[in-house]
Parts: sequence; structure tokens; C-alpha cells
Amino acid sequence: MGSKILLSGNEAIARGAWEAGLSAAFGYPGTPSTEILENLVRHKDDVYLEWSPNEKVAFEAAAGASYTGVRTIVTMKHVGLNVAADPLMTLSYVGTEGGMLICVADDPGQHSSQNEQDSRHYARFAKIPVLEPSDSAEASSFVKYGFDLSEKFKTAVMLRTTTRISHSKSLVETYGRQAPGAANFQRNPERFCPLPLWSRTMRHNVEARQKLLQAESEHSPLNRIEWGDKNLGIIAEGLSYQYVKEVFPDASVLKLGFAWPFPDVLIREFAEGVQNLLIVEENEEIMEEHVKSLGIKCLGRDLISGIGELSVPKLLKAKAGIEGKRYDTPVCVKESADLPARPPVLCPGCPHRGLFFALTKHDVIVTGDIGCYSLGVFPPLSRTDTILCMGGGFTLAHGMNKAGEKKRAVGIVGDSTFFHSGITGLIDVIYNKGNSVLIVLDNRTTAMTGHQDHPGTGVTLMGEKTGALSIQAIALACGMEQIDTVNPYDLEQTGSALSKALSSDKPSLIVTNAPCPLRTRCEVGPKRYIDTKSCKACLSCVRIGCPAIESRSKGVPPQIDPEICAGCGLCEQTCNFGAIRRKN
Amino acid sequence: MNILISGVGGQGVLLISNIIAQAAISADFDVKTNEVHGMAQRGGSVLAQVRFGKKIYSPLVWEGTADIIISLEQSESLRYAHFLKRGGLAVTSTQTIIPVTVSSGKAKYPIDMEDRLKNVFPRLIAMDARAEAQKSGNIKAANVVVLGASANEFGLTEENWNKALSNVIPQKYLAINKIAFEAGRRLNK
Repeated sequence: MGSKILLSGNEAIARGAWEAGLSAAFGYPGTPSTEILENLVRHKDDVYLEWSPNEKVAFEAAAGASYTGVRTIVTMKHVGLNVAADPLMTLSYVGTEGGMLICVADDPGQHSSQNEQDSRHYARFAKIPVLEPSDSAEASSFVKYGFDLSEKFKTAVMLRTTTRISHSKSLVETYGRQAPGAANFQRNPERFCPLPLWSRTMRHNVEARQKLLQAESEHSPLNRIEWGDKNLGIIAEGLSYQYVKEVFPDASVLKLGFAWPFPDVLIREFAEGVQNLLIVEENEEIMEEHVKSLGIKCLGRDLISGIGELSVPKLLKAKAGIEGKRYDTPVCVKESADLPARPPVLCPGCPHRGLFFALTKHDVIVTGDIGCYSLGVFPPLSRTDTILCMGGGFTLAHGMNKAGEKKRAVGIVGDSTFFHSGITGLIDVIYNKGNSVLIVLDNRTTAMTGHQDHPGTGVTLMGEKTGALSIQAIALACGMEQIDTVNPYDLEQTGSALSKALSSDKPSLIVTNAPCPLRTRCEVGPKRYIDTKSCKACLSCVRIGCPAIESRSKGVPPQIDPEICAGCGLCEQTCNFGAIRRKN
Repeated sequence: MNILISGVGGQGVLLISNIIAQAAISADFDVKTNEVHGMAQRGGSVLAQVRFGKKIYSPLVWEGTADIIISLEQSESLRYAHFLKRGGLAVTSTQTIIPVTVSSGKAKYPIDMEDRLKNVFPRLIAMDARAEAQKSGNIKAANVVVLGASANEFGLTEENWNKALSNVIPQKYLAINKIAFEAGRRLNK
């Protein structure tokens, strides 16, 4: 018995994997999955760790590690699994040797994501098992169960969490580390090379494995019936189990931790034991469709929407519906009306601000990407017109320009995104004789997810120094002729590089070169203040959208909050009256 | 016990939720917390939640059930007012942080905050936490002042809080934060 400590789901996965003899872990940062690898850093003497350039690379590297017989995990957010889908689908055929877990974190409610796709679809698609913990203690113990399951059936196993599992903390029992395996690849082309000759056999094996996995699920300790009031029975997985216990404390519950393939015998036994059956699941109605396919009547989506996060109030409403009552949200305190919205914004001193402000001077289409700089879409900057996916910043601009769009399209990606999937877009523009203006906002970190290193930073996740890849040298090698590197805090320099690029009909690359001050923990320059005597209250400075500049009403000089001003000096450059001064 | 902690990204909301959680653990309660990472952290409205008791299922607090709302910025206490249960307590710093939506002229920051707070929250402790923190030795301990002002409501002991503060706050800043915590506590007696 170990001691109990408060851990987030991500911390618990890291701890559980280390305890289970993990040898190597790979991933690409993505909220809400990022902290799994970050929390393994304390164990870097025991475990090899890396941020790979993207999820596909991470997935393949993990598969390679597994082939040698050691335990490995790969971590990513739900949309990252789209990038890794190619190796996923065929790894299912080939199978694994050492235990391999695909730790994928979904984001119902889209707290930090562009969609709320349900990764269980991928597991079913690839025919690999899914485990769904409902708190941190289970996150840790399911990792161990998952490794054993993976090794028993020689398949990768998906450990699916959601934002609230990943970022909620609860008590976890901790243990020591079991001995890791030793890498020792056994050559066997018939086993590891899915050439049609052999992969046709693998295809049959996948189906056979599927039946065995289903039998395993029937008897798994992760699936259990908690008999209670037999008038209402509820099937729940993951976090929905916790909400069910909160709202229906007396109901009978079938909790599915081994969430796919479904234990049909257990489901039938449970359904036959209760008068009414309700399915509670977050995201898609995968469980409900399956239960109905067994010919079992049940309630689910008709009572509880699958759009957005599941919540206790959603279940309270469903409960009232079942009982034929009306549900009113309990509001004991009247809400304060007309509060100003406080959306996330680019931080004070953010180097992206200068580039976006320079873009406000041009009537161009801006195709943006995923990262802090997605915030450039919001007023007052409003200089992003499209966001699709990682790497899409470059390629959407290329497509628009090739389509004959009258306005010039400018494509933006961040530095980490450039290495993730921006490079192929750059190659496309050059190879296919495009004329797009491409911009890399290089702040020397993966900022939005909490400042992870990447191939351009010169440091690995293991904390070792390594060569820092040069974005400009890569572009040059790809055949880009016009490359400008600018200091984004210098509006004149940034503006003229932009004008030059836009006046040319050749493709060009601008790299903004300034580290994220949140990462360096240094102020950019001396803090600024507004001299109220010289200020004409024209509010020009406010148009850069800096949260350190506070303006309450028109006609009154704004103020700069000295506590959060990072001294970047952009506001000083926008003032026509010399009213913004430097503090000594 | 259901607690909400609200503020603006960068104010130290997560530190408070950590301290409360550790204090509850030292009193042998089951504890769950939830916090927000990623995009929302960048200068936006930030919410953390702590629940503790004999057995806790949901890690999230829901509308109409919070015992306490702790806020580091006054408009952020009103933003989550509908989470408060009948008879619940609001503890807030009177600090104002103007959102960019206001600075860019798209919205207005209420000028009658004092009245609004009094009208919305029947039980309210509002304080200039930054001034108190400054007196304690560091303006950055304003979050711990606000926590201190709520501390008597949790049914936790002196020892629980001391343990939690020592667990969460780096040794270097512990003394100043303990003074700030006590200064907050004196505001609610």
C-alpha cells in the first residue's frame, strides 16, 4: 500500500505508467493531454521521453518501441489522433509486442479545441480496445491494466480521457516502480510487414482478436454492476459515471471502464434486471446505438444532448423528464446582467501582436492556424479570417491564391506548427509555383499548451541540448528565394517586410523572431506609462489590443497597468503625440 | 463543501484551489478539484473548483450549489454568482481589471460595482486585498489575503491550513504568505 496523493488525471496516467515499468513515451502537446509527458520528466532517468514533431511521428516511434518488447505510451489530444490515424489503422493489423497505450484526451465542450470529435469512433474503426477511467485513481490503475491487456492480445490499447478527467484532481494511491522490460526486437517479416500477402491473414486475425477482446470485456474487473433500485438502471462510462452517482444515487448502475468492445452478455444481464434503462455517455451515442442494436429498449440521447459537455444539470433535467416533472435551474442568487465579456487575449508583451497590427494596414485575407496566435481573430486586431487545422495556415492561403481569389491571401503558422505540418505546405507553395506570402510567428516555444520545446528550440524534453532547426534554412533548402526575418516589436520593420512581400508576385516567407516573454520570464524592455498631460485621449494605443492598456471611456486618457506591462513598446510606436514614455 | 474560485488568468486562482484542497486532505476528506488549462488561461476569465466531503463524485460544482465563491477580481465574482447556493458567501477582492472588450469600446465595465455586489450577494466580504497584501510585504500575495478572508467558513483547523500553506507555497515566500493569510482572516471575524 502506498500513500494517497492528489493528482490530476494526466499526472495519474504519468505516475501509473512509470509504476508499470514504462520505458519510452512520445507525444505532441495538445490541451488537455499535454501534462502527461510533462509529469514524466521527473522520471527521465528511468524513461525515455520526447516531444515528437507531430502526432503521427510520435505514434510511429511508440510503435517501434513496442516492437522491441518494451512498454510505451503515445499521448495526444483528440484532433492529434487524426494526424496519427494512418499508423493507427495498420498497427491494428500488425499488432504490438511490449504494452502500448494510446493516451488520447478528448475535449467535449471545446474548452481548447476546434471540434469535439469522439475518439471512441477511432477505436472502433481500428478495432482496438478502449479503457475509460472515471477519476485519477482509475487513470493510474487502468494504465497498468491496459499494458497487461495490450501484451495479452498483442494490440495497442486506447486510454481515452476527457478534459475533466485530464484536469480534475482526485486522490490516487501510489506504488513503487516495477522492473521495465529490455528492448530486444525479434526479426519476423511475416509478423511486422503488412504486405498484402501477409496482411490478408492479419485482417482475419483482427476479427478473431475482436471476439477474444469481447470475451475479455465480459469478465473484466473494469466493468461492474452496482445493483440498487431496479426501477432504473443506467449504463455509464468515464466521467459520466461520476455524474450519474451524483444525480441518481439510488439507481442500479453498469459502469463500463473497459468501454469497447462492449460486454454484450453483461449488458443483457443488466438490462433484464431493471425496469427502465438509461444510457449516459458524453459525446457521441456509441454505447446507445450498440445497446439498441442488441434489441434492448433504452433511453439516452432523446433525454440528454450529446452536444457540449455532459453535466450534473443536464442529468437533473433528464431525471425530471423521466419522473414527468418540470426542471428549473436552481438560481438562488440573481445574475448580474451586462457584465463585460472577458475572452482570452494575446498577453501583454506578446510578440504576435506587432505582426497582427501590421496586418491591419493591408486589405488581405489572413489564413491562420492553431496556437496562441489564433487569438489574432478577435477585435480590436481582427486579423485572422480562417482557421482549419494544424498546418492549414499555409495551405489554405495557397488554395485561395490558386483559385484566383482577387484579394491576396497571407498564411500564418507558429514555429511549433511549422515543424508539425507547416513544412509540407511551404513545399507545396514552392513546388507548385504559388505566390503566397507565408509568415511564421516564431516565439521559440509551443506557447498555448504551456511552453513545450520543439525542433526549433535546441532543447529536448529530456532537458538535453540539441541542434536548433532553422526555419529560414529549411525554407531556403525548399527553394524559397525571398525570406525576411523581422523583429515584431518594431512596427516599421515588420510593416515594410510585409509591404515588400505583398508587392512581389513571387512567394515569400517572413519569420517574426522574438521569444515568448512568458517563457523567458523577462520583460521585453522598460515598462511604459502614459503622460496624461501630453495624451490627447485619441485611443490609438488601444487599437493594439493590449490588456495592460486600460481605457474606461472615450475622451479620457487610458492608463497602463505597471504590474502587467511587459515593456514591449508597441503602444509607444502607435502614439502620435509622444505621450507614452519609458519608466526608468 | 463546494467552492468556486474565479479571477483573471495570471492572478493566482490555481494556487488558492491547491491550498484549499491540501487543507481538506489534511482533514481526511475526500477531495476533487477542477481547473482550466490551455487557451482560456491567456488573460481570460478563469475558474477553479474544489469539492470536499466524506465522498465526492462530480469534480465540478454546478449552478445553485456553491457554498463559497472566492474572487480575485470583482466582476469575476458576479460572473459566477448564479453558482452560489441560498445563504452562500461571496468573498472578493475589490480589484478592477478592465477587459480588452471594454478598452476597445465594445463593452462597458459597470461603474456601480459596490452596489451590485451588495445587491447580488446577501453575504459578502469585499476587501482591497492588494492593499492588505502590500502591508503584508508583497502585493502578489493578494490571492492569499482573499483566501484568508474565507478560511473561517470551511470548518478546517489552524493545523490544516498551516500544513496546506507549507505544502503548496515555496519556502522562500511562505512567511509573507502566512502574514497575508492572517491579514485576510482578520477581515472576517
